[in-house]
Formats: sequence, C-alpha cells, structure tokens
Amino acid sequence: MAVLEVQNLSVNYLTDDPSAGSGRRGAALRAVEDVSFSLEQGRSLGLVGESGCGKTTAMLGVLRLLPAEGRIVSGEVRYEGVDLLRLSEREMRKYRWSKMSIVFQGAMNALNPVRKVGDQIAEPLMLHGAATDKKEASERVSELLEMVGIIPEMARQYPHQYSGGMRQRAMIAMALSCSPDILIADEPTTALDVMIQAQILDLLQNLQQELELSIILVTHDLGVVAEICDDVLVMYGGKTAEYASVDTIYNEPLHPYTQRLLQAFPDVDSPTSTLASIPGYPPPLDALPPGCRFEPRCHCKSDVCAVESPPLVAVKPGHYVACHPEHLER
Amino acid sequence: MEQFAALLTEIWRTFRLRPMGIVGALALLSVVFVAIFAPWLAPYDPDERIDVEPGDLLAPPDAEHLLGRDDAGKDVLSQLIYGARVSLTVGFVASFMSMFIGTTVGLVAGYYGGRIGNALMRLVDFLLVIPHLPLMLVLISMWGRGLWKIILVIGLLGWIYTARLVRSQVLSIKERQFVLRARAIGAGSLRIIARHVFPQVLPLILAEAVLSVSGAIIAESSLSFLGLGDPTLVSWGMMLNFAFERAISRMAWWFLLPPGFAIVWVSLGLVLMGSTLEEIVNPRLKTHHLFDARRMVALVTGARPKDFGELSRGLEAEGVAE
Repeated sequence: MAVLEVQNLSVNYLTDDPSAGSGRRGAALRAVEDVSFSLEQGRSLGLVGESGCGKTTAMLGVLRLLPAEGRIVSGEVRYEGVDLLRLSEREMRKYRWSKMSIVFQGAMNALNPVRKVGDQIAEPLMLHGAATDKKEASERVSELLEMVGIIPEMARQYPHQYSGGMRQRAMIAMALSCSPDILIADEPTTALDVMIQAQILDLLQNLQQELELSIILVTHDLGVVAEICDDVLVMYGGKTAEYASVDTIYNEPLHPYTQRLLQAFPDVDSPTSTLASIPGYPPPLDALPPGCRFEPRCHCKSDVCAVESPPLVAVKPGHYVACHPEHLER
Repeated sequence: MEQFAALLTEIWRTFRLRPMGIVGALALLSVVFVAIFAPWLAPYDPDERIDVEPGDLLAPPDAEHLLGRDDAGKDVLSQLIYGARVSLTVGFVASFMSMFIGTTVGLVAGYYGGRIGNALMRLVDFLLVIPHLPLMLVLISMWGRGLWKIILVIGLLGWIYTARLVRSQVLSIKERQFVLRARAIGAGSLRIIARHVFPQVLPLILAEAVLSVSGAIIAESSLSFLGLGDPTLVSWGMMLNFAFERAISRMAWWFLLPPGFAIVWVSLGLVLMGSTLEEIVNPRLKTHHLFDARRMVALVTGARPKDFGELSRGLEAEGVAE
C-alpha cells in the first residue's frame, strides 16, 4: 500500500486586487491544479519542472504549510489512509515531522541564527516524544549529526559557525530526527557546490536504504532524478504534464515538454551536441493560456491545443500524459 | 542548573573581553549598592528634625556637609543617597512593566495579525496621539499621589513605542524560513513565539529597556516637577525640581548638579552594560568580522585580556591584525 496518496490536489493563491482597494480579494491564482501521485514505502518520487511551476507549493500543500494567501481548494492527501486535509490543525501538528518531514529549499536559512544547532535538532525530538529528557535528546542529536557526517561536538555551535553544506546536512539530520516515513527534499542541493551536492545526494540515498525512507525529491536537475528516483512527476504551469517511472520518462517521453526538458540536459554519450533550450517562459499564473498550458511554447501544437486543455490519460499502466492524443502518435 | 551555570560563564566570558561593559555594570551596581545600604551610608537622616540657622540655608559644601545643604537646611548628600532608592525603584519597576506589556502586545499583534492585531494597534495609535504628560496628570490627580501609583502610571503609558517596535520586527521575523520550519516540525504558535520569535526580538527589547529605565526616572522627575510626586519621599527628580525652583537663582550648584549627574550615571551604566548584554543574546555579533581580530581569537581560544599583547603580535606576524 502506498504511504502517501495525493489525489487531485489544487492550490490557489488569493491576491489583493489593487483596483478594488486593499483588503478586497482579487482573482485567485491557480498555482497547483489537479496534481495526483502516490508514493510507496521505501521508494522515491522526483518532482520536476521549471521554476514557478508549483512544485514547492504542492509540497507545502501536502504538509498544510502554505502561506496565509494559499488555499487548498480541492483534493485529498492520504497518509496511510488518513486524509490530512480533514484533520484539525492540532491533529495535523502530530503528523508533521514525526511522519513527514521536509528539507526546505535553501535549507541553510531554515536554522534559527540565535539558537545552537544541537538545541534546534533536539526541539522536534522533545516535541514528538521521541526523547523523554534532555540527556536522551542530546545523545540522539549526537547520533544524528554523526550520521550526516558532522562531528557531534559541533552541536554546541551556532548556525553561523557552520558552512553552507554543513547547515544543509544539519537540516537533513533534523529532518530524520523523528524517524519519519516520508522525507520531502525541496531542492536540497541548490546553492551548494558540486562536491557537496554529490555528498548530500549520496547521503540521501544511503539513508533511504538504511531507514526505508520514502523520498519526494523536488528539483530541476534531471541528472539527480535519474540517479535517485523511481518515479518522476513532470509539472508544468501548475499541472501534471507527465507521470511515469524513471525509465519510461527517460526512454520514451511522450509529452512535448518532457522531451524538450530532456534535450535541454547535457548527455554524456554525445558531449559535443548543443543543448536545446525551450524558447519562451512558463506562463504567468495570472494569465494562464485557455487551452493546454504548454501550448504557447510547444513545438508540435495544433489548433485544438489553444482551446482545449488535454486531460491526464493513462497511455500504459503507470504512464500518464496530459497531451492531446493526436500528438502522441509519434 | 547546569544551563544557568553555562549562562553565567557565557556572561562572564563576554564581559571580561569588554571593559566598557564592566564599567557600565560597576556604575549600575554602585548605585544599587548605595540604594540598598542608604541608612548606613547617609551621614544624616533625611526625616530628622534639625535646628536651622539662617546661614545654613543653601549653605555651600563643607567638611560636615560634603554636598552642601538645600533650601531647608538639609544635607544634600543624604537626600541624594536616599533618592537613589526611589529613583531606581521607579526606573526598574515601571520600565519592566512597560517592557512586559509592550513585548506581549507587539508579539501578539505582529504574529497573529488580523483582527486582534488591528485592534491592538488601533489602541496603540489612540494612546500615541494623546499627549502623555497631561494624561499622567489626569490619572495621578484621579488616583492620588503615591510612589506605586506613579510607577503604575509611567509603566502603563510607556509600552507604546516598544509595542510598535516589537511588532514591526515580528512582522519581518515571522516570514523567515526558520519560522516555517518550526511550523513544519509540528510546533504550535505559542511555542514558535516563545522559542523562535522572542529570542530574535530580545536584543531589541534589551536596547529599548535600557533607554526606558532612564526614561522612567525622567518621567518621575517631570511629575515631581509639576508637584505630583510622592510628597513623603525624596527622589532625584524631586531634588532637581526643588533646586530648579529655589536654588538656581541663588547659584546653589551643589543642589542642582548632583541629582542630574546621578541620573546620567545610571543611564550611562545601563547603556554601556546593555551593549554587552546584547552580544550575549545575539551570538552573531560576537564573531562578526568587523570586530577586533584579537577579541575573536580570544573568544575562540579562551585567552585572557592580558595575553592580548602577545596575541596581537602573533596575529600581525600572520598578517591578520590591522
């Protein structure tokens, strides 16, 4: 059974309408629309897409940590059968971190600068009863830090005394402190140099095997996804473009966006070939195209694409594509 | 207990490296000492009835009366020593009260915002536009004169700027990522405020508290000046006002200057100590690159100030020091 099942999750951002005066609600921006996926125990899902396509918003929605303007308008987030969206805030707090934890984008800023790193890692332990007293908590903190390759003595230091990579690892240690089932890693390696990136990814992979973690990896690095993930969900403009296993995505991508995305990535086999970029920009949320979200940038569009949004269909078991069928016959 | 000891060590380590902090602490402690041991230190009892001769009124300092006498023939030094009790009590208690209210209001208004926040800030705006001194006058004349009533009035009106300051800081802090992370680990609002937001505004509150203590002492003087002080007690403010009314025209500087200097002495001590305390609650300040390189090395290695000479020679050799 899947540990996490997300069905038709839609998230809107409410905006202030400047013409209606402050405080009045303007149009709702559809940041995430109808995203569904399921995550099995011990497997990992890659969430891929350009900046601003709703990856982070979808993950914050799953944890119900959206900013005040964000609203989950429909959908279900089932953790072991429990719909998290129907829980009260108090009940939801018990699920956070103990079942599902997150390493934020730019995780190095997620540490409180005026508190010692060890104390911060100990905080969720005490909060969720994973440690009963301070002594036990500090022992566990030492273990966790050692696990991510930081000497335990550094627990007594402040975040500014850590390097960027160490802070990132400290955040991973913190994310694993309550032995969650699911780890959401939101671009865990952005802003790190290549050596540290590789270390962090190795670390994640090893921990996954050791702890039977399920990982959702949010990234735009397709190379990382190929290495780590079992399934891939490609998002575009807030919607699912393609959802399949990693082999299918890399070997027989069907959605034009996925195809172009893969071409835009360097290939080891033909290192001299020029990279193809996708002309244009992702659609702004306040001016989404009426038909397919990718239509304005698509290289194989037809008339129907501009008026009708293609539904997400299963072309094979486990391979979902949102593209008009006539384009899939290639 | 262990943590408390660690905090004390931390305070000592920081103060040891900042001579100005020690000077400030000593300045403040000296006044506290004087206030506590006033009956033993003061050469005369201020309540004692004395037989005054015309020549004693506003007599200049001499061997018997080190700071001369006031217009009623009483010893100025004794008044100054006893006045420390009143002024310090007013300063610290009223300031603590206004800091407490201001911080609470600021945290709540800033963190929760919405209707509660709006209501609180409108109350602040309301209190802000009413001139304080007339309001204090009205309140005191309604409640009657007395030390604790004065403290209450000063404390209840002094929190407004703190509340605004704290709120604006909280508005920015609550958008920081570590607050989102605190929510992600399953912390509730109260815990986030106490553990993550409050420590961040603490330096601000500390700086504000330092100013507010001297502000409260001065507010008490203003009330005394207008004849609304506690008539049974001598405070520095009261002395200033008597001196202002009766001594200036007779050039009796020994009555005017001591209470003024005493207020400056306390304020200065607080400011000097405050900046050092700020370093303790804001650990980043300590290892800031703009700081003295010798001090940073001393903090890391635990060297003593007297080793600084050697340290800086070593650093110069390494090309670190200026």
